[in-house]
Amino acid sequence: MKIIIGKGSCGIAAGASKVEAAVYEYINTAGINAETETTGCIGMCYLEPIVDIIDDSGNKKTYVGVSPDHIADILPGSEKANKNTLELSEEDITILKSQKRIALRNCGIINPEKIENYIEKGGYDAAKRCITEMTPDDVIAIIKTSGLAGRGGAGFPTWFKWNSAKQSPGNKKYMICNADEGDPGAFMDRSILEGDPHNLIEGMLIGAYAIGSDEGVVYVRAEYPLAIERLKLAIKQAEAKGFLGKNIFGSDYHFSLRIKAGAGAFVCGEETALIASLEGERGMPRLKPPFPAQKGYWEKPSNINNVETFANVAWIIENGGEAFARMGTENSKGTKVFALTGKIKKGGLVEIPMGMTVRDVIFNIGGGIKDDKKFKAVQMGGPSGGCIPADLLDTVIDYKKLSETGAIMGSGGMVVMDETTCMVDMARFFLDFTRKESCGKCVHCRIGMKRMLEILQRICAGEGREGDIDRLYNLAVQIKEGSLCGLGQTAPNPVLTTIQYFRHEYEAHINDKKCPAKQCKPLLTYSITPEKCIGCTLCAKNCPTNAIIGELKSAHSIDTEKCIKCDKCRTVCKFSAVVAN
Amino acid sequence: MECKCSKTENTKVFQDLLPTIEHYKHIDGSLISVMQEAQELYGYLSMELIQFIAKEMNIKPANVLGVATFYTQFRLTPVGKNLITLCQGTACHVNGSVAIEEAITDELGIKDGETTEDGLFTLSNVACLGCCSLSPVMIISGETYGKLTPDLTKKILREIKANSKKAVKT
Repeated sequence: MKIIIGKGSCGIAAGASKVEAAVYEYINTAGINAETETTGCIGMCYLEPIVDIIDDSGNKKTYVGVSPDHIADILPGSEKANKNTLELSEEDITILKSQKRIALRNCGIINPEKIENYIEKGGYDAAKRCITEMTPDDVIAIIKTSGLAGRGGAGFPTWFKWNSAKQSPGNKKYMICNADEGDPGAFMDRSILEGDPHNLIEGMLIGAYAIGSDEGVVYVRAEYPLAIERLKLAIKQAEAKGFLGKNIFGSDYHFSLRIKAGAGAFVCGEETALIASLEGERGMPRLKPPFPAQKGYWEKPSNINNVETFANVAWIIENGGEAFARMGTENSKGTKVFALTGKIKKGGLVEIPMGMTVRDVIFNIGGGIKDDKKFKAVQMGGPSGGCIPADLLDTVIDYKKLSETGAIMGSGGMVVMDETTCMVDMARFFLDFTRKESCGKCVHCRIGMKRMLEILQRICAGEGREGDIDRLYNLAVQIKEGSLCGLGQTAPNPVLTTIQYFRHEYEAHINDKKCPAKQCKPLLTYSITPEKCIGCTLCAKNCPTNAIIGELKSAHSIDTEKCIKCDKCRTVCKFSAVVAN
Repeated sequence: MECKCSKTENTKVFQDLLPTIEHYKHIDGSLISVMQEAQELYGYLSMELIQFIAKEMNIKPANVLGVATFYTQFRLTPVGKNLITLCQGTACHVNGSVAIEEAITDELGIKDGETTEDGLFTLSNVACLGCCSLSPVMIISGETYGKLTPDLTKKILREIKANSKKAVKT
C-alpha cells in the first residue's frame, strides 16, 4: 500500500503536515505495511488536505478534506461511513478531467523531491534530444510552430525572444527565469516550483541551449520558501545526474543554474527591474531599447521567461509544435493556467485550453459563486488587468479577445467578485497596491497614482465631488502615457475598467452618497427594524459608544449621531434586525 | 564641527555574518543575498549592521540603505517574538482581510509595521502569500491560519498570548 500526501504550500496551510504526522503514527502503531510519499499541489485547493491511497492491487482512491482523525477511516478495509463522503466526488473528477494539463502535468502526481519520479515520466528526454540531435535553430523552429507566447503577462512570442537573444553577438549569454510572482491572486508559478521543479529546469536547459547560454538564474520571490527549498534540491539532483554542469549528455554543451531570492518588490516582475535586482541594486526599470536580448544582465544578451512558459517547453519538444498549436484559438495557442480565487466555490489552479469562455471557467470548472450569490465581475490580470462584467462572460480566453474588454490575460489570476463586492473599493484596493509598489522613477506613476488614490479614498469616504470620475480618467490616461515600464502603463487599468463597466457605482458613491454593495462604511447608515427586534439588549451591550437605546423586551433604536459604524451590532444580532443601508 | 560620516572606527563587528560576507564579497551583485542572510541572523537590519555590511562589501552605506528601504522584505526595526504576516492580496481582500486587520488592531493595539509594547507581536501586511483558496490568511511564526473570521483571529491571538505567558512562568 502507498499513501501519498499532497504537500504544496496550500496543502500545508490546510494542515497536510499534521495529517502526515498522523499517518506515520497510525501506520507505526497499527503495524501496517505502507509506503508514504509526498507530492505537490493538484490544484484543488478547496479540497486540501488531499491524501491518495493506492492499495496493493494498484487501485488509487483520493480522499479530500482529510484531518488527522480520519486516517483509520480511509484506509483499505475500513467500513466507516465517512469513508465515502471523504472520497473525491464524481463532480470533482469530471472537473479535473475537463482540464488539459501541460504545464501542470506532473503537479500533484509525482514526488517533486525525487528526480527519478520525473525521469520515469519521460523527464529530461526532450532536453537530451535537443542537445544531442538538434541544432539551436531546430529547437527555435519547433517553439515557433507551437505558437507558445509568454505566460507572465504580455504574451510575447517565445520563439522571437529566443531568436533575438541567439542572434545577439557575444559569447556570454544568460537564461533567466522570472519566478517573482508578485500578482496578488496568482500562484501557478509557485505550484510548478513546488510540485514539478525539474520541469522548469528542463525548460530552461532547452531554452538556454537554443540561445547559446551557459549560465542561468531563477529569480524567486522570497515569500516562497518551500519553492526555493525544492528548487535547490532539484538543481542538486540534476547536477548529480549530469543534466546540469559540464558536457551535458556527453556533448560539449555546458549549462549551470542558480537561484536568486528576490526581496519583495512587485516592480521586479518587469524585465529590466528584475535585472537591476539581480545585480544587487534597487529594482528600478531601465529604458528599452536596448532590450535584454541585446544588453541585459551585466550588459550581456539575456533572455527572460516566466515559470509557466518554461514549463510548457519540454512537452512541446516531446509532442511537437503542431500538437500544441492544435489547441486554442487563432491568436493564442496551447493551454493557460488560471488561479481561481475570490468568491468562488471551487477555488484553486486550473489549466485549460485557450478558447474556452470565461463563463465556462467560472461556472463549470469553478463551480459558480460562493453561497450562490450573484456574479458581479471577475478581475483578470491582477493590478495590471481589469474587470470583466457579467454581460461579457462569454468572452473567450485569448490574448486579443481579453485585451479588447480592457482586462488582460496577465499571469492568470482570476479573482471572482459577487454582488457584495464594491467596485470602487476594488479599484481603490488595486491602486493602493500599485501606488505602494511604484518604484518612484517616473513622476506620472509616482505622483499621479497618489493623486488618483486620494480621489478614490475620498469617494469611498463619502466625500466624492462632481467631476471626480473625469479627474480619475484624465490622470489614468496621463499615467499610462507618461510611465516607462509596464507597472505604470497598466496600473490605471482597474480604475478605467471599473469606470467603463460600473460607472453607476461611482455615481452612486459621489452623487447619492450610497455604496450599492454596502461595503464602504462611511456611506452606510445603521438602523434597527422594530418588527424584528425583540429587545434582547445584546447589541446595546456590545456597542462601544452607547449609541443604542431601548428597554429590555422592547424594540431598540440607534442614535446615528453617536454611531461610529463599527458593524458590531449587526454581527451580534441573532434576529437580523440591524441593517446597514 | 567635524564631519563624521565616513568615520568607521566605531563600526560594530558582526562576527556571525563574516563567513557570508567572505563567500559573497567577490561575487558581483550579491548585496541583497548578504542582507537577507544578515536579517536572518539578527532579525532586522540595524543602522550599525548596514554600516558594517557597507564597509565589508565596499559599497556606500547610502546604497545599502537604499536597497534596504526599496524591498519590503527588509526591516529596519526589531520585530516582536511573534511576527504576524497578514495577507492583503486580492483574494483575501475580497474575502474580508480588512476586518481581520481591524480585529488584530482591536486585540493588540498595533497597526501595520508596529510591535506591541510587551514585544510579543509585530504586525506586517504583505501583498500575497499565495494560499488564496484559504483566504483570508495570516501566518504567525511559520504557522498558517486560514479561513479567518474576526472572532477566530482574536481567539488565536489570545491563545498565543496565554502560551507565551505560561512559557515565561515555567
